Order: sequence, then structure tokens, then C-alpha cells
Amino acid sequence: MEHIKELLYKMADDLLVLGHRNSEWTGLGPLLEEDIAFSSMAQDKIGHSQALFQILHELGEPEPDTNAFMREAKLFHNAQFLELQNDDYDFSTIRHFLFDHADQLRFDNLANSSFEPLAKVARKIKGELKYHVFHADIWLNKLGNGNEESHARMQTELNNAWNYALGMFEKGDYEQQLITENIFEGEVSLQSKWLAVITPIIEKANLKIPSEKDWEPVLGGRKGYHTEHLDQLVTEMGEVFRIEPGAEW
Amino acid sequence: MITEKLIWTALETVKDPEIPTLSMVDMGIITKVEVRGESNVYVEMTPTFTGCPAIKMMENMVAERLKEIGIETIEVKTTFDTPWNSNKLTERGLMCLKKHGLAPPPKHQGEITMELLEHSICPHCDSKNTEMKTPFGPTLCRSMHYCNDCLQAFEQFKPVV
Repeated sequence: MEHIKELLYKMADDLLVLGHRNSEWTGLGPLLEEDIAFSSMAQDKIGHSQALFQILHELGEPEPDTNAFMREAKLFHNAQFLELQNDDYDFSTIRHFLFDHADQLRFDNLANSSFEPLAKVARKIKGELKYHVFHADIWLNKLGNGNEESHARMQTELNNAWNYALGMFEKGDYEQQLITENIFEGEVSLQSKWLAVITPIIEKANLKIPSEKDWEPVLGGRKGYHTEHLDQLVTEMGEVFRIEPGAEW
Repeated sequence: MITEKLIWTALETVKDPEIPTLSMVDMGIITKVEVRGESNVYVEMTPTFTGCPAIKMMENMVAERLKEIGIETIEVKTTFDTPWNSNKLTERGLMCLKKHGLAPPPKHQGEITMELLEHSICPHCDSKNTEMKTPFGPTLCRSMHYCNDCLQAFEQFKPVV
């Protein structure tokens, strides 16, 4: 079961950490609608992570709240991309676009997983993600084709985000076993599908993917190596829960 | 004598906590009712959205209602075995949404497209001359729209596959 746990942990942590980052836009969005959009996506992401933590719990891991809020940063398996601070709305939007397309394709694939508990959850989640992807595509296009400033800012943040985004596809120790047992298609296959989907959307937004010779995926997140931003995030995210673990709020 | 039919009828009075005109049965989130013994009932539910924060509350409301009609042993469980999608709303459910001022989700053919989301029908004046303002709204299951004819903002219960 270690291979399935590894897969579930990295996905659950990606979603929990990005969900928390999305929630940091609550009250601060550049428009009321965007405030609501990021807050809604936060709620979805955290709900999706909870469903995965629940499967982990059924496999013998701690119950979802404890698992989410009591672990130290070095025990998180999220890609570093997701723990980076929100920065401005430009970076948040680029990250949202790059992550959500990968997330959609991942759950599309897992809907056919041979591990039925995950397949069941994936069949539900993949439909909900359509809205995240629509939202990301609309704003990428709007800002990429907006005015000079919005275009320049989106291109700068796409460049900044790119190698971190490639780090989402860092392979785990059990990659081959997951593929052989038809649990998950594997990160290499996922990454190539992702590139095929996002490339035309990026082009339509008049933006450019950094040249391939500069691609250097930021790895380590899946193995517990993180930036200082995750420490800060984990401390803040679990602050209330740790006041009295097990309390009913 | 407790029958499944009697349980389904009893559950018709349990309403969505946010949409008081809509029952959980018409919403399509009660996926199974089983009478397991003389006074022993099992109910299975599924959330409209995975992250729906109301699901625990709704489980409790179902259990409370069964207690009211005298059931002694009650188990209510939420699963993804029969996942919800918006086509599961009953005809009466769609009417209830409209009565509450929400545009009902259009029937989908297994796929949600931007075309399906644009031009939803205004629940106030039935015009199709509307536009989507944002695919997100005050709860996970609603999006926000504007009617160009009656000049009113409205919400739609989102179509989901």
C-alpha cells in the first residue's frame, strides 16, 4: 500500500497547500467576483484534499484533520510551486492556470484507476474542476491580451513560475509500480498531456512558454524539501486546530 | 410496518439548509434507503460538491427526521459510490429552485461547456438574453449571471457532470 499512500499524500498536500493559499485572497481579491472565485476554489481544493485524506485514513493513516494540521512542514509532500506566496494577482493567476490544468488531467486519469476508492472520488472531482479550468483560461486570456502592462506582467510571472510548475511532475519512489498496477498513468505521461493542453491556450493569450533549453524543474517537494514559505503556511494553517486538538468548533 | 417508501416520503420534508424550498430528495443527494430491521434504517447520501460544508449538517437533519417518525436505529452515511451530478435534480426540484429565484441548471449531455453556461435562462423574466458574470457564487453550487432584459443579477444552480 506504500505506493498508493505516496500518491495520495502528494495530491492531498498539493490541494491543501494551494487551497490555503487561495483562501488568502478572501477579502483581498482585486474584484469582488475574484475574491469569491478564489475563496470558492479554496473551499473546493480543501474539500478535495479532505476526500483524499479520508482514503488515507481508511488505509491506516491519522484522521484527516490531524493529518492536515499536526504535521511539520518537512513531512509535507506538495510540490514547492504550491507553497510559494501568492505575491500579486498575476502570479496567483498563472499558478492557478498551470496547476489546475495538471489537476484536471490527473483526476481525469484517476477516474479510471484500478484503485477503486480513489477512482470513485476522482469521478466526482473531475467534474467540479471544469469550473476552475474555465476560470483560469478566461483570466489568462483576458490579461495576456489586455494592455501592455497586464501582458508584460503575465509573461514575467509565467517565466518565474515555469520551472516550479515542472516540479509538479517530480516522480516518486513507487512510480513504476503505480503504472504497472494501472493505478496512475505516471508523471511523464501526465506532463506531456499537460503541455499539449496548455500550449495552445498560452499561445492564444499571446504569451510564450520559456524556451526548452532553460527548463530546470524545481524538485524536492515530493521528498519533503521545502522553502521557508511552507513553514510559515503550516504554522498559520494549523494554529487554531493546535489550540485544542480534537475540539468541536 | 416501516417500508422504504415511507422513509422516502418522510425525507421529502427535509430541506436543503440554504434553499428552503428544495428537499434533499428532489436535490438527488439521497442515493439509497434500506430498511434493515423492524426499526432499523440505513440512508446513503452523496454531496453535490466534494467540499460542501453542509453535508454533516444534512446527515444530522436526515437522522433527526427519522427519529421523529420513530425509527430507533439509524445510520446515515455519505459516500461517493453514486456521485451526484446536476441531472439528478428532479423536475419538482428544478421548479423549487426557480421558485426560490435561482435559475435551474440546464440538462447536460455529460459535458459542461462555456456555451452551456452562457445564456442561462433568467428565473425572473425567462429571457435568454443573459450573460455569466462569474462561474463562482455565494456557495460552491452557484454561479452568478446578469439579465440584459430585466436588468437583474441572478444566480444559477451550476450544471455539474
